[in-house]
Amino acid sequence: MKAILSLIVLTLATTVTSFAQNRGDVLIKNATIMTAARGTLEGTDILIRDGKISRIGKGLSAGANAKIIDATGKVVTPGIIDAHSHTMLSAINEGSLAVTSMTDVREMLDPSDVSIYRALAGGVTSALLLHGSANPIGGQSATVKFKWGRPAADYPIPGALPGIKFALGENVKQSSRSIQPGQTFRYPRTRMGTVEVIRDAFRRARDYKQEWDDFRAKKTKVPPRVNEELQPLVEVLEGKRMVHCHGYRSDEHLNILKIADEFGFKIGTLQHALEAYKFAPEIAKHGAGVSIFADSWSYKLEAYDSIPYNAYLLWKNGVLVSINSDSDERMRRLNLDAAKTMKYGGVPEEDALKMITINPAKQLGIDKHTGSIEQGKDADIVVWNMHPFSPYSHAEITMIEGEVFFDRAQDKINRTLIAKEREELEKLDVNRAPGAGGSQPARPAERRIKERDEADLERIGGNR
Amino acid sequence: MSFKFQVSGFKFMNLALSILLILVLGFSVVAQNDGSQQNKTGRAGTFAIVGAKIFTVSGAVIDNGTVVIQNGKITAVGPGTAVPAGAERIEGRGLSVYPGMIDSATGLGLAEIPQGLNASVDIAEIAANNANAKAITAVNPHSSHVNVTRVNGITAVMSAPTGGLIAGQGTVINLNGSTQAEMSVEPTAALVINFPRVAQGGGFGGGGFGGFGGGQQIDFTEAMKRRDTQVEELKKVFTAALIHARAMEAYAKDKTLPLVATNLSAEAMIPYARGEKPIAFTAERERDIKAVIKFVTEMKLKGILVGGQEAWKVADELKKNNIPVIFTHIYSLPVRDDDPYDYLFEGPAKLQAAGVKFAISTGDQGAEARDLPYQAGIAGSYGLPREEALKAVTLYPAQILGVADRMGSIEVGKMGNVVVTDGDLLDPRTNVKQLFINGRLIPLTSRHTELFDSFKDRGATEIP
Repeated sequence: MKAILSLIVLTLATTVTSFAQNRGDVLIKNATIMTAARGTLEGTDILIRDGKISRIGKGLSAGANAKIIDATGKVVTPGIIDAHSHTMLSAINEGSLAVTSMTDVREMLDPSDVSIYRALAGGVTSALLLHGSANPIGGQSATVKFKWGRPAADYPIPGALPGIKFALGENVKQSSRSIQPGQTFRYPRTRMGTVEVIRDAFRRARDYKQEWDDFRAKKTKVPPRVNEELQPLVEVLEGKRMVHCHGYRSDEHLNILKIADEFGFKIGTLQHALEAYKFAPEIAKHGAGVSIFADSWSYKLEAYDSIPYNAYLLWKNGVLVSINSDSDERMRRLNLDAAKTMKYGGVPEEDALKMITINPAKQLGIDKHTGSIEQGKDADIVVWNMHPFSPYSHAEITMIEGEVFFDRAQDKINRTLIAKEREELEKLDVNRAPGAGGSQPARPAERRIKERDEADLERIGGNR
Repeated sequence: MSFKFQVSGFKFMNLALSILLILVLGFSVVAQNDGSQQNKTGRAGTFAIVGAKIFTVSGAVIDNGTVVIQNGKITAVGPGTAVPAGAERIEGRGLSVYPGMIDSATGLGLAEIPQGLNASVDIAEIAANNANAKAITAVNPHSSHVNVTRVNGITAVMSAPTGGLIAGQGTVINLNGSTQAEMSVEPTAALVINFPRVAQGGGFGGGGFGGFGGGQQIDFTEAMKRRDTQVEELKKVFTAALIHARAMEAYAKDKTLPLVATNLSAEAMIPYARGEKPIAFTAERERDIKAVIKFVTEMKLKGILVGGQEAWKVADELKKNNIPVIFTHIYSLPVRDDDPYDYLFEGPAKLQAAGVKFAISTGDQGAEARDLPYQAGIAGSYGLPREEALKAVTLYPAQILGVADRMGSIEVGKMGNVVVTDGDLLDPRTNVKQLFINGRLIPLTSRHTELFDSFKDRGATEIP
């Protein structure tokens, strides 16, 4: 079964890739362009050259070989950026220790995850792939573009600021975990213990940095032993690695801001932060970004005070806010989640769009290259059948750096081919039903079944 | 501890003191004493919405008309309708009037915080046959989900249990009332049966209610055998209920017969086993849905299919046997990697095209039921005509649940469940401006607006 699926996925991938390998000029004509930078432009063209937005204007022309996309009556936006995702990660949580900063999700990228393609079909071009929330200090993150059909090495965005996942609250203290006789709980079991684990790690990281600084300044003679756990935290202290901190309650997120102040670094994003509205002024003062769900709430106790006005109140306080999915499913409809911020409080349309484009780009340190439709930026662009905040909208074309990675018209052709191929494959001996001469099919690989970052928590050593 | 103190303390205080307490403690009371904030049942009266665009749903759209609500009911609808003397006039110019939406397969009021707070969950009993378990006896009228859902234009839901083979009886409730009786529209609307499925482990889990986890993989033939055994057991339960009914009737006529031993679950099954009341069968996959159809026809039942991912594949048989579908999978991912990305978005459109009676439901336990309009909107983006999308969350669920004589459209004589909006009901940017449930004008407040009000003006000056 797995063999069939891989074959099909591979076929799909090659079909799309061959379609996408045109690096020539692309001219999008006569579109309504929501730039996420300079308002909305009517009846305007975009010329794409070498994967970049080369010109934006009316009545542009292109060379004879250019691919022309007639966008009359259609709406064009920057590609959506999801600042909290676990898509294409074949493992998410290393929860055996309270601090697992030595792990890196970059080593877990699975480019055959069909959720990548489904995200593209929802207009998503980039994402921050995070370690889970099993422990106070989790693993290093990856910032990727969804170049479906390409090898894993092509996904990480060169030059994106490295990141690391931190987490607070219910998951970290393993509040739902029950243990078998002979097992012990992992420290911490409370929010106060969580704070101390993080403080302890940064004290050790500061000492470690001191040892290296002293050695490099020739104050000491023996080089310190390399420490893979502390090295990423030293990078945090030096401002070279961003902290993306999962949390729910306002008090715990305030405490992480305090720790950051204590050790002299800035938090990159507060993730989830469903109570951020309660301390928006403090967040603005610290300068952290916030990445939230538009309106999820009440699924667990620490999500009970979540309100859909969160985005609006953060926006009003001048906080850089993005709307994320943390879900392969929700990722496909971030456009409608952004639209909700207009209803709840009244975020202006362009700022609502920014919450899924340029704002997350800024939070991930990739805003110089993507996140808005501006001359010189990467052509990460979505063509929608209508205004993407309408429930009746859907993406028609999604491109990354000028290459089409999703095309609804092409998809309709592909699905016929895939159905035919499936039919052929089902006839193969290996796929015949047991008892009908076929051999027992292999069990498909385990798949993640949960949506949010609790995914795989129950698989780590029987823990939750 | 403090929670208990405040609640019990609250009871004994006089009104003035209570108001003072609210003023002084402000947020803490609002946030912790849910009873006080949910007990807002609006006010009765005679209301006339004048000059609005009226989406009657059952008939043509009236571009400029009046709706009169009196004594809990819709008493007049039309372009030239007079405003009765003494009616409260609501200016409808530029606004739209819709029937309140109905989410037909939820657990609303049965699971306040589903994850990690079992104390707040009353959705799944542990017996295999829970036929006598009735959701109407466990729905919490003061759940914060009630107000949050209704202010989005959803005025009624079916709330139903999920546990075991026979889960219990779902109830149709209005999202207003201080007691279960005040909310109740149809106290026992449908019996829920998680129909035995061919399960080899892994694969199809339920996105709506019902659903099964993975497990040890077994041979297909073995899986078929197990399913058939379970179906035979289920048939016996039905037969036993019919026998029980006959015994009870015989005893009623002739008291010299021995008393029939009490059997509450068999008793509860009677109207369903006799085909007098509908049974909601959860099933997703083609072969399982076929088995449901076979069961319904053989046992002469009134069946509803809930879930229905592959219902379109069996559309002809569903139509032929008058089995409607409550489709709960707009917010689900396609199960197979090679399913088209919009496989489930297109589900309702395919059912509609095939002439199957259907409704769209969130299938949610409660908190996210308010996304019902947007789920219908997405179906509208993928092939379902817009007016059908609207019917799929208003008139059709009312018909399927047997309450169309009371709700689901703007018609004289129906309950005053009416929503006034400033735009398309299914658009996430649209605001609900007025809300009526059972003819009462409902305040547009919820846990969310109250938390918003508590924090919206918190300024930077408060930072120490």
